[in-house]
Amino acid sequence: MSAAIATEPLAGAPSGRPAGSRLFAAGAAAGHAAHLAAYGPVPRHGRDWSLAQELEASGLTGRGGAGFSAWRKFAAVDRARRPARYAGRAGRSVLIANGAEGEPLSFKDATLLHNAPHLVIDGLLAAAEALGAGSLFIYAGAARLPALAAALAERSDARHIALLEAPDAFVAGQSSAVVSFLETGRALPRDVAGRLADGGFQGRPTLVHNVETWAHIALVARYGAGWFRAEGTAEDPGTRLVSVTGDVPSEVVLEVPGGSRLDGVLASAGVAGDAVSAVLVGGYHGRWVRPSGVVLGGGGVPGGGPESGSVRPGAGVVHVLARGRCGLAATARMVEYLAGQSARQCGPCMFGLPALAGAMERLAAGRGGPELVREVGRLSGLVAGRGACHHPDGTVQLVGSALETFADDVRWHLAGQCQETGGAL
Amino acid sequence: MSVAGPAARLHIDWTMCDGRGLCTELLPEALTRDDWGYPLAAPGRVRARADASNVPLTGAELGAAVDAVKLCPLLALRITGP
Ligand code: SF4
Ligand code: SF4
Repeated sequence: MSAAIATEPLAGAPSGRPAGSRLFAAGAAAGHAAHLAAYGPVPRHGRDWSLAQELEASGLTGRGGAGFSAWRKFAAVDRARRPARYAGRAGRSVLIANGAEGEPLSFKDATLLHNAPHLVIDGLLAAAEALGAGSLFIYAGAARLPALAAALAERSDARHIALLEAPDAFVAGQSSAVVSFLETGRALPRDVAGRLADGGFQGRPTLVHNVETWAHIALVARYGAGWFRAEGTAEDPGTRLVSVTGDVPSEVVLEVPGGSRLDGVLASAGVAGDAVSAVLVGGYHGRWVRPSGVVLGGGGVPGGGPESGSVRPGAGVVHVLARGRCGLAATARMVEYLAGQSARQCGPCMFGLPALAGAMERLAAGRGGPELVREVGRLSGLVAGRGACHHPDGTVQLVGSALETFADDVRWHLAGQCQETGGAL
Repeated sequence: MSVAGPAARLHIDWTMCDGRGLCTELLPEALTRDDWGYPLAAPGRVRARADASNVPLTGAELGAAVDAVKLCPLLALRITGP
């Protein structure tokens, strides 16, 4: 499939229906009629058909960042709801479509909700039928809600889906924060020793998926696992949306098959390969890589070493750093932003991230010797794994990948020079 | 830590803990304090990131760990399975 270019969320109609796109096949800002015309009605399945089995066979993984198996999360909620049902307690499961998209470099969820809201709704409804779910929610930023409300009002089968306004904060999209928001009105991650499947909202089995994951679930429910696997690779089947940003001709959302080469994705976005220094894949919690030979998705290149390996796409962020721009300075700005986004609940995150940001800032400015690199490593070790959510871990991953990918620049900076921008610091 | 692995783990709820360090006094072998006073698994005790909030305990430390759970003023501690 050629990569399909979707429209900006609130821009007008696209120049044409993206050829071969799965998620945008109904066109820009598709209403229910256009949606049904493109995808057809939801088929009536026989008694031996099961959504759980189709999801397992499809190999669909979550598109919100963590990349867990969609089937495993589904099956965990399916198991957890059963004892409650037999005990006659109110244990009906809760399904949440998470479109909070707190990641500043991502706009694929906004694009999807704007153009294909009915796929997300179909995904929720298909799972609700399979799981006997009690409550259905779509959680998204304020700007997305009017169009979603209009989409829900267009159909008679979706009136029971409630909309939730997600706060505009980096950690607001963490699954446990979504559940806290439902219960307390504050989107703060919380300490989850157990899994949400075993007790999320009001202790009920709770399934939180990214909105794009729900859209793929809708398509698996319609067309089956075999169809889903017709795109992508055995290890990374199907397609995914990526947001391409940074030093690019124009920021776009692309739909690409799993296991796509990163340089191919950049070419589809109109980025010339030799103009690129490095690419941040997966967003502010992702990794910096040199794009050549790198594959986006699970699996990797057969026989490829770390240089030609695969990189986890996370929530599908591809952020381009052009030649002549300093990767250490770019990373220092991101870590500073991330430190400011700590929900300030957990000490090591609240104090450690600003300390880490300070060290990265000194490194970017070339103020310090080799001890600075050791200090970055030490602070990374102090915050990793020591928070209620993955915010510290994601930040540490970003920093670690910067030290690795920009190792030459680190040496130059410690000598008071920036090779990329070509000057004294 | 014995070859058989930890007897249990001490889970720290970072959203509650304010780092005043009562637990580190009760479990000096298992915990030290980080730059800001928050409990930190003693050097060499944790291998994976996930363990940093679930500090492995030996059988001999269980009694003191139970005390720490009871005495933590913010109810930030819990003993979990190995
Ligand atoms: S780890 Fe940081 S961002 Fe996550 S809940 Fe704790 S303080 Fe908030
Ligand atoms: S006793 Fe409780 S509040 Fe004090 S440092 Fe230990 S865990 Fe934190």
